[in-house]
Amino acid sequence: MEKSRPFNANMLLMHGALVVYMIIALFPVFVIVINSFKKRKSIFREPLALPDADSFSLIGYETVIKQGDFPLYFQNSMIVTVTSLFFILLFGAMAAYALSEYRFPGNKWMGLYLALGIMIPIRIGTVAILELMVSTGLVNTLTALILVYTAQGLPLAVFILSEFMHQISADLKNAARVDGLSEYKIFFRIVLPLVRPALATVAVFNMIPIWNDLWFPLILAPGEETKTLTLGSQIFIGQYVTNWNAVLAALSLAILPALFLYAIFSRQLIRGLTSGAVK
Amino acid sequence: MQRSPVRWHIIIFLTPAVLVYTTVMIFPLFNTLRLALYNRIDQERVFVGLQNFKALFGDTLWSEPFWNALGNNLWFFVIHMLVQNPIGIALAAILSHPRLRFAAFYRSAIFIPTILSFVIVGFAWKLILSPLWGIAPSLLDTVGLKSLFAPWLGKEEYALTTLALISVWQFVGIPMMLIYAALLSIPQEIIEAGEIDGITGFSAFWRIKLPLILPAIGIISILTFVGNFNAFDLIYAAQGALAGPAYSTDILGTFMYRTFFGFQLQLGDPHMGSAIASAMFGIILIGVCIYLFGIQSRMRRFQF
Repeated sequence: MEKSRPFNANMLLMHGALVVYMIIALFPVFVIVINSFKKRKSIFREPLALPDADSFSLIGYETVIKQGDFPLYFQNSMIVTVTSLFFILLFGAMAAYALSEYRFPGNKWMGLYLALGIMIPIRIGTVAILELMVSTGLVNTLTALILVYTAQGLPLAVFILSEFMHQISADLKNAARVDGLSEYKIFFRIVLPLVRPALATVAVFNMIPIWNDLWFPLILAPGEETKTLTLGSQIFIGQYVTNWNAVLAALSLAILPALFLYAIFSRQLIRGLTSGAVK
Repeated sequence: MQRSPVRWHIIIFLTPAVLVYTTVMIFPLFNTLRLALYNRIDQERVFVGLQNFKALFGDTLWSEPFWNALGNNLWFFVIHMLVQNPIGIALAAILSHPRLRFAAFYRSAIFIPTILSFVIVGFAWKLILSPLWGIAPSLLDTVGLKSLFAPWLGKEEYALTTLALISVWQFVGIPMMLIYAALLSIPQEIIEAGEIDGITGFSAFWRIKLPLILPAIGIISILTFVGNFNAFDLIYAAQGALAGPAYSTDILGTFMYRTFFGFQLQLGDPHMGSAIASAMFGIILIGVCIYLFGIQSRMRRFQF
């Protein structure tokens, strides 16, 4: 018989601990966002109060929109993130298919070679990457960033996707071969749709680090035309340090897209993290 | 059936990934290691052997900031191991309790800081801890601890620890999720067998579950190690490239950035920058090898 455990103290303690930690995790975000909607005076006088009719003001947002070219930064970040993800998924899936489907000499070595990059951060090679981009004239282009992020994302993508492709039944592919489908058609029509969940996991894993990266935009594409949202807000905030309204508004504007993406993809992300895809 | 001797489709499937990965990642990595052996003398690139490393480890001009950055980086890592991972494990242990309600809600909320960029996190905490704004002192005041407040990010003795704790705040979600997954994969029979033997509650966690999730803890440790020794963004966003006050928050990433890219009056030096990058490469490689050969191979993977 199940021991009757009414509302026990243990459970209360567990909820208490989680609520306390949740407040610690969300408090800074909350403070930044509410104060971005206030007049300067109220920001300092009552930083923890919600904005009301008296203290409400959008002056910070007006400054940000007038002074910074945030729509352009946003567009650059979108282009870089989406294009890199596209190439990571396409090239990663193609390589993973070659490694998991065909036996050829050097198959194992190729797999090991591609896996090297999982543990070694690409930043170590920055000096030579910069030289490479200078010599090919790609400095201050979004292409440079896309190339770097694609290279950075490929090792883990190949690793995860080939694990998944191993599980696809061979009968399915052989049946398609008997029907006369080419290897390319088998890949695009049969294999890719079957590994869609894995593709989504890989995309979500790569999305956040690419969107948030500061290092490569700072070094490879610091020009006004190619600034990403992360770099743009870093520089904007640096210039407006004393204009608290503008800084708080810029921070809130940078938080919102991240929260928005998280709201859409959090289930995918959490499923990916907890499904053992990274083991 | 005649098969063409060269199976072109394999080559076509592999080429794009291998090409991009090799030219943009592997080749620059080795090129950086090579550049560390050169120096610029009279506008010419000259091979100097291990001179740069000799300077980096021995010449006070270079070795002092290098050992300072390395020491700071170690402390940064120690804080993560001592604070981030235990908190992550504790949260995961609570979340995995089978009768806990709202677990998914707590989990998603606690993970939010992890998705924010370092720029947001760095500035947000800078504002909150700022003595000008006074959120931190007034919060401390409500619990009667106002006397404890100090401008933590501005004091040499606290700044690095404060930044490490901010980074912990941001990334606690990762160990939480991975440990949570490991805890859920423990089969119920094992827990029940323990219950029959009278091991329940806290001691069940300590004596049954914890040993079973050791492999996951190992993975988290190596991820933390690689992430920390390659960190840069948070320090740069909060303290700038000079990693102030007085270089007290300088870690290898910021040191390498200043050296190879140049900053203010200091001219960029790609060769010394490569030497620092090579040192970082060595450190990360040692860490990964210790993990792969020393820890992972000794840990039994429990097959259920």
